Amino acid sequence: MIKTLKVLAGAGAVTASLAYGTASHAADTIKVGVLHSLSGTMAISETTLKDTVLMMIDDVNKKGGLLGKKLEAVVVDPASNWPLFAEKTRELIEKEKVDVIFGCWTSVSRKSVLPVIEELNGMLFYPVQYEGEESSRNVFYTGAAPNQQAIPAVEYLMGEDGGEAKRWVLLGTDYVYPRTTNKILRAFLHSKGVSDADIMENYTPFGHSDWQTIVADVKKFASAGKKTAVVSTINGDANVPFYKELGNQGIKAEEIPVVAFSVGEEELAGLDTKPLVGHLAAWNYFMSEDSPENAAFIKKWHRFIKDDKRPTNDPMEATYIGFKMWSQAVQQAGTTNIDAVRQAMYGQKVNNLTGGVAVMNTNHHLSKPVLIGEIQADGQIETVSKTDGLVVGDAWSDFIPESKKLTADWTFPWVCGNCEKPVHLSMK
Amino acid sequence: MNLPRFLLFFWIAIILGGLSPAFADLGADTNKLSLKSTKTKILAIERLVASGDDQAVAILQAFLVGNLFVHTLDKTPVIGRPSPEGYHIKSAVNGRDLGTVKKTALKKIRINNKLRKIVRGALGGLTLLSPDRDLRLNAAKSVFKSHDVLVIVLLEKAILRETDDHVLAAMKRSLAAVQATNSTQTAVRLSAIEQLAAYTDQDVRTVIAEIVGKEQTSEAVDPVNPVRIAAEKALSGIEARLKIWGYVASIFQGLSLGSVLLLAAMGLAITFGVMGVINMAHGEMVMLGAYTTYLVQDLFKIHLAAYFDWSILLAIPAAFVVAGATGVIIERSVIRFLYGRPLETLLATWGLSLMLQQLVRSLFGPTNQEVVNPSWMSGAVEITGGLTLTYNRIWIIVFAILVLALVTFLIKKTSFGLRMRAVTQNRAMASSMGIRTGWVDAMTFGLGSGIAGMAGVALSQIDNVSPNLGQAYIIDSFMVVVFGGVGNLWGTVVGALSLGIVNKFLEPLSGAVLAKILILIAVILFIQKRPRGLFALKGRAMEG
Repeated sequence: MIKTLKVLAGAGAVTASLAYGTASHAADTIKVGVLHSLSGTMAISETTLKDTVLMMIDDVNKKGGLLGKKLEAVVVDPASNWPLFAEKTRELIEKEKVDVIFGCWTSVSRKSVLPVIEELNGMLFYPVQYEGEESSRNVFYTGAAPNQQAIPAVEYLMGEDGGEAKRWVLLGTDYVYPRTTNKILRAFLHSKGVSDADIMENYTPFGHSDWQTIVADVKKFASAGKKTAVVSTINGDANVPFYKELGNQGIKAEEIPVVAFSVGEEELAGLDTKPLVGHLAAWNYFMSEDSPENAAFIKKWHRFIKDDKRPTNDPMEATYIGFKMWSQAVQQAGTTNIDAVRQAMYGQKVNNLTGGVAVMNTNHHLSKPVLIGEIQADGQIETVSKTDGLVVGDAWSDFIPESKKLTADWTFPWVCGNCEKPVHLSMK
Repeated sequence: MNLPRFLLFFWIAIILGGLSPAFADLGADTNKLSLKSTKTKILAIERLVASGDDQAVAILQAFLVGNLFVHTLDKTPVIGRPSPEGYHIKSAVNGRDLGTVKKTALKKIRINNKLRKIVRGALGGLTLLSPDRDLRLNAAKSVFKSHDVLVIVLLEKAILRETDDHVLAAMKRSLAAVQATNSTQTAVRLSAIEQLAAYTDQDVRTVIAEIVGKEQTSEAVDPVNPVRIAAEKALSGIEARLKIWGYVASIFQGLSLGSVLLLAAMGLAITFGVMGVINMAHGEMVMLGAYTTYLVQDLFKIHLAAYFDWSILLAIPAAFVVAGATGVIIERSVIRFLYGRPLETLLATWGLSLMLQQLVRSLFGPTNQEVVNPSWMSGAVEITGGLTLTYNRIWIIVFAILVLALVTFLIKKTSFGLRMRAVTQNRAMASSMGIRTGWVDAMTFGLGSGIAGMAGVALSQIDNVSPNLGQAYIIDSFMVVVFGGVGNLWGTVVGALSLGIVNKFLEPLSGAVLAKILILIAVILFIQKRPRGLFALKGRAMEG
């Protein structure tokens, strides 16, 4: 209790000087902003998350709302247009006066939102796995950091079960998430004794559709006599032609496994997965996981979306966890005031859909289990490896020397997202 | 002699000698497949294989495709097939029918890549002597990368019996690969490497490169290592041949990309090239064609599931009609009032493109629609090991040629084509000769749009069917038409193919992003030098 007070007091010292962004809003409802692309190249992935937030809001309202008020969704469409994300954020906070925002998928959209949400002291829940190297006071990251997805996946492929890969192809879409993730992976591979000659890196534009050359290049690179694995950070709808080409050119998972960080059940839904059996995905959640929470969630989703065929995926779970944590924090704080809710967020616990309990840490990242799964002929992904306990999300990678020194901790005495020393000690 | 080695030896004895085993416990071994330790699982697979039981083959095959389960009640292994009520199960031990159970009564025994490879290899060993030709062929291919010395004995035996040339060739290739990697006799390895040196494919290159890698590490022991020298020589030979095939592959990929560009641009070559209408909604005609394909496939799924593979053939005329009709409507309702005002046409058609996108988005939703490749468009044909051509790309090249022939015929040989040329060359004269120029304009625009719709059918096979499909191709289409020379169909053909091939040769050197930028710069520079493109039209047509 004393510790909590201290934390509150410490944060209060900093926040007192800042204007409260949520000064006035309609008293009868709590407004929840939904900032997901409903059109453009990312619509394939993001539309589902919009529906997930609506489902959660519906759920809370059926149970009587929060703090005696109903929740009201404010849905906007930033149309896969990165600068538009910033404009829409400003609109949500200044004009609509929302109390929280759930949104973004690509890192470039999140980077575009950051300055606005920090300036206006808003609160964003970001539900997608990302490249790390960031911790904003105004963002809670409920997706995986690299040490909760990319690193364990590569370790699995290096291990006995994964086929002991020695050569690596890093394929990605050309923007901040793949480039940063691959920078971390390259440093990690170096630390494991992989030389640069055994790493091939390749970037393609968003929506790239002609994969002939690249897939043929991968085949060539893989025939140098060492077991080769592909790490894909290809994002959005470029994945469909990519996997089609993989299947057509007959790249078998036993020979050259492809592990993807942005491909879930939703992306596989538009594909014939029979030629892709055995290719991998690393996430914190798979629809095929066997648990009572997951079964209930899938049932609720199917009833809400009125379609028994619609898959669930990891960013949906991250949205679910984020939303539950936020509503618990609002309840605990007794207000929707951003600064009070933020303090209440730390240490919030929500049951994972795959078992175990997710915890929100003071670096704004979650502790979650890591799952590695193989694609099945029916479009599902089945776990082949799961971490024993929870993995704490790491805002700053240990494999990049300049990041290793940094700490993200938004409680006293740090109150900082990227410091080498606690702010409150150095200020003295 | 350690245990697995002993068991493997026993397995050989069984297969070769036809002994009937009486000791294996299929049930216990199958249950071990669901344990956590990979070592235990591999041991269990080996024991199953060693049992030589037909049922063991059934178990391993079920394991491979994910049909092997443990019954949650009595913990016995079962083989299940999905049925409307749940799963229809049979005992894994003796194949006895156990009726239908709910999905929750079963727990799947999961497989991973490593085990899949081992099971495939083991099943390959078991089916090398199968009476079924396809099974033998699969088996011969799947033992290619085996690291088991005993496979050599099996393969030699199988080769003696084999009568089918194709299977025999595959067996010999696999035998050489296994011998080169695993044989204990240097002479055998050398002759195997010599045999492998004649092949030109990536798999053989992998095997030889592995040998080189291994022998180089043991260099300290034997400085003049004949195996290493032979392998290095073989490797450089294979690599040189693969490189040549690589160029052939690049040309094919370039042609394929070029044919996609050509298909997308051909409609524009008519609406923009011949009529001079800057049609920003051209991409949306392509998109409409792709959605028509989706709808036709959907209808086939419901009404004519048996002929599903041929749905795409019906989609081609359907897409032509839908996109063409939309084109005629657009021409009659908007564009005809804007002839001779390019800026207004550009803005109006751009607005139309946004409206059409939003219309499709409202009707079908923003997410991708699944358009299935028919079976004759899936997979690839291996010309040699070094050159794999995918069927969908081959068919798109063929389709592009057909559409081109059709359009050329229409313009050059029909009376409609004659009128069309007459109107574009001299409207007033054509009109005074009694040609209904307005009608010709509408039909020409409809033709261009219809061709764009047909391109949409082809694009639906390789790209995402989403409301944004058209946007991805509009820039490329304009680039091709302008580069090739406005008003000239042959210019469009040469432009599309040359841009495609240059792109594919640049891509491996500079990466996909930079390749695109370089091409744009090159086209800009080219247009500076020759503003009318590759094949500029001369004469009165340009004055219009």
